[in-house]
Amino acid sequence: MNADVRPVLKLRDDTVGVLAAMRGVFARDLKVAFRQRQDLLNPLLFFVMVVTLFPLGVSPEVSFLREAGAGILWVAALLSVLLSLDHLFRHDFDDGTLEQLVLQPQPLFLLVLAKTMAHWVLTGLPLVILTPVLGVMVHLDGNSIGVLCLTLLIGTPVLSLIGSIGAALTLGLRSAGVLLSLLIIPLYIPVLIFGTGTVAAAAEGAQVGAYVALMGAFLVLALTLAPFASAAALRISLSNG
Amino acid sequence: MSEPLLQAVDLQCERDERILFRDLSFSILPGTVTRVEGPNGSGKTTLLRMLAGLNDAWSGELLWCGKRRSAQREEFLRNTLYLGHRPGIKPLLTPMENLRALTSGRCAVPDPVLRQALEGTGLAGFQDVPCRKLSAGQQRRVALARLLIADEPLWLLDEVFTAIDADGVSAIETLLQQRAAEGGAVVVTTHHDLRMPGMQRIVLGGGSSDER
Repeated sequence: MNADVRPVLKLRDDTVGVLAAMRGVFARDLKVAFRQRQDLLNPLLFFVMVVTLFPLGVSPEVSFLREAGAGILWVAALLSVLLSLDHLFRHDFDDGTLEQLVLQPQPLFLLVLAKTMAHWVLTGLPLVILTPVLGVMVHLDGNSIGVLCLTLLIGTPVLSLIGSIGAALTLGLRSAGVLLSLLIIPLYIPVLIFGTGTVAAAAEGAQVGAYVALMGAFLVLALTLAPFASAAALRISLSNG
Repeated sequence: MSEPLLQAVDLQCERDERILFRDLSFSILPGTVTRVEGPNGSGKTTLLRMLAGLNDAWSGELLWCGKRRSAQREEFLRNTLYLGHRPGIKPLLTPMENLRALTSGRCAVPDPVLRQALEGTGLAGFQDVPCRKLSAGQQRRVALARLLIADEPLWLLDEVFTAIDADGVSAIETLLQQRAAEGGAVVVTTHHDLRMPGMQRIVLGGGSSDER
């Protein structure tokens, strides 16, 4: 045997940096989403539809809408994020991209964070941008609209981050939709309470600094903990797949 | 004798209360091609996913370069390329974009090299066509283009010959042989009758396993 003279490939001791890898994941997700624009519009249209239902179904009175407007917009935003969550990992799971993601040498939770951020840019951010228009529709005053946008700007990333845990956990299931909602909605409740609470306080002329700081704390908590949980859940889902 | 890249000691895997294999021990040496054989459902893919680090439901020990793999996961991932039967090709992206995305997390490869790799797998002229417009075999070839630029010493390939035509199959065989000659280690699962000089075989199913 000539085993001794066989060449041996050198092992690699360097790899692509974490930031470059995160950028790669982020860029691919955006590119895929823009190739399928109708999917991008769905959560937005859903958001608009749900908000329109309230004046039609409950009451078009200015007093009612001004009172309930912020809550309606928050609930509608929450539901549209929930609606889009199933897509977060599903396509990647089906075509094998997720396996390759898990096998990248960089820490998985950071790659998952990049994916979740892409999800927010594609669903949460457009909702925030659309909010002023719908805010005018439900007769909110300028100050309330501003605060509402701020709370949604801080709150929707939290929704995406918490949602990513549920999406990762239900990945192995055939029809994950309802279970995903049941898992995630209870975790959304604190964000909803503080989000709408902030707007209500602003409408009464109170200082909202403390409320906004609390929402910021939610965001920091979700940013630091949710990616770990999602990464672990992804490993479990893939291990069973 | 060179040190084995990956060593399996007494692997046992159970799936749905059925033991797929037990007491499975083998070494993957640099410069060898290893073929995992066995009938459908004998656990070939499961074994490969275990080796790749995707499946954690097993007992036994896996050593990477002589040390426990779980203690050096990053080194292991950096030096291992896994191609599953779902190869991670996005139908909405073009072969170029797919290849760029797949390699960008491991080592940045300049575009001309990627383009050349795609030409090398017979996709010349298709580099910028969305993958959903390509045939199943062509989509597999996009994934296989990674083998032309990959420099990971250990390759784990699950059913590489699926949907590939006769010319492609012989090209892959040559590639694997070249790879082994360069000092890389390759583990393949296939139903295709792969014959190579010095090939190691791991036979699953029927509870028996042998080396060489």
